[in-house]
Amino acid sequence: MSAERAGIAVALLAGLAGGYLIARSRFGWRRSERPQRIHQILLPFTGTAISRRAVDAALRLARAEDATLMPAYLAAVPKSLPLECAIPAEAAKAMPMLEAIEQRGTGQGVTIDSRIERGRSYRHALARLLARESFDRVVVPATAGAGAGFSGDDLVWLLERAPAEVLILRPGPRDESVVSAGAGDRPG
Amino acid sequence: MGAAHRGRLKVFIGMAAGVGKTYRMLEEGHLEQGGGRDVAVGYMEPHRRPETAAMAVGLEMVPRRRVVYRDTVLEEMDLPLLLARAPELALVDELAHSNAPGLEHEKRYEDVRDVLAAGIDVFSTVNVQHLESLNDQVAELTGTRVRETIPDAVLGEAAEVVLIDLTPEALIERLRAGKVYPGESVGAALENFFTVEKLLALREVALRQVAQQVEAKRLVVEEPLGTRGERVAAEVPQAVGERLLALVRPQPSSQRLVRRAWRSAQRLGTGLDLLWVKPPAEAIEGEVGRQVTALRHLASVLGADFLIEESDDLVAGVTRVVRERGITYIMVGESSPPRGLARLREPLPQRLMRATPPGVDVRIVAHRGHREERGG
Repeated sequence: MSAERAGIAVALLAGLAGGYLIARSRFGWRRSERPQRIHQILLPFTGTAISRRAVDAALRLARAEDATLMPAYLAAVPKSLPLECAIPAEAAKAMPMLEAIEQRGTGQGVTIDSRIERGRSYRHALARLLARESFDRVVVPATAGAGAGFSGDDLVWLLERAPAEVLILRPGPRDESVVSAGAGDRPG
Repeated sequence: MGAAHRGRLKVFIGMAAGVGKTYRMLEEGHLEQGGGRDVAVGYMEPHRRPETAAMAVGLEMVPRRRVVYRDTVLEEMDLPLLLARAPELALVDELAHSNAPGLEHEKRYEDVRDVLAAGIDVFSTVNVQHLESLNDQVAELTGTRVRETIPDAVLGEAAEVVLIDLTPEALIERLRAGKVYPGESVGAALENFFTVEKLLALREVALRQVAQQVEAKRLVVEEPLGTRGERVAAEVPQAVGERLLALVRPQPSSQRLVRRAWRSAQRLGTGLDLLWVKPPAEAIEGEVGRQVTALRHLASVLGADFLIEESDDLVAGVTRVVRERGITYIMVGESSPPRGLARLREPLPQRLMRATPPGVDVRIVAHRGHREERGG
């Protein structure tokens, strides 16, 4: 009789273990890969190059704070076009830049969640992005020469309006070093 | 309009003004007339181009009608007079033209439809930026937006579309020689619209448009086919017209896959769909909702379609979309290494290859992190 009970117990245990394995293999990946609410650092830029100092600073911060870095290409849509229209020419400029930043970020173990945002001006695009997403920090290169595209007024506006800590990087002596479209994607 | 048969439409399309559409239309009108057909010019816009005006000599012109609009006298095609004249072939320039208020139709292409319905063949002209679906794209490429557009369906009604092609350098040369615009306008045109870069982009758009037109006509299957062999054969032409599908998940790593897929779609000059096969139990809220919004936004920026297909079975969901949208190329992200019993399951690309119609390619886009780890 006890042998029979032991057999039933073993069968039950085997069933439970099997069920657990099936459930884990079927649903486990979904749980583990489901995006979690994370801290975010915004790195807005325009043009086809961005100061390498700004990218590295943003990546260092993101790594230190275990945050996601959101590089965002800001595109100014001319008034002759609908604001929400497709912008393939701008996207073609943005893609290699985002790819290059992602490459650097992944190499340093930082999660990159990139964006392309449209607006009537760079400031408008930035305002739309700030309204849609939440950020803990915003890193802005103040080096117009490196393709930042933000005027002094834009930076003042950002300081006043951004619901996040704003880090404006002063131009450095070695700021000719840029992450540019050329450092981007390989043909796919 | 009780004609026994509908007229045949032939459209001469070009990348920009000055490539020679009107000239070629008139030239072919002469050939038709020489072949014994009754030809009349319903409307021609000479644009003060002496060569074009000279080519019109010898063709009968249906008189234009004068319309007064806001104290200005406008000259328009006289549709009733053309229909009364009823030539075998009518040459009608500027298909995208907007008529003066008060005429039979708002747009000239609508006049042309009446002419065709009367059994009269029509030769007409249009520039690629006037096509409705390309209007935004061309405006973005050139910085210049045209207000007069025609629905793409009008071009679809044409029995023949002839691309009048010219290299950008040759067009600029024509412009400099004063063959396109009068002398005083040449400088501004060269500075604004007629740059080599813009013309190259426009030429590409025009070439693609005509290629798509030819392909669309070729892909019309008139009768359903019965046996499997016939169905497979019927799918062969579809392989020429590519359509890409990128399988995404609401997570940041999908952005790279989308970028890759979009670049491939650009190179192939084809459409892109982004698909998330959503398990029914998965709610679109919180972080998932944020990522879905981001994907939808990215799709809108790129001109792609973002689809959400609800299914517990990923392969079945993808296969449904592949069949519905005529997908020829699927791009999937690299999966994480399988764990547990999932190790025993056939990998996703193989399952997709088996389930989707013949001729559908599957490409795996490597995860950046994995590649870095491998030292690649």
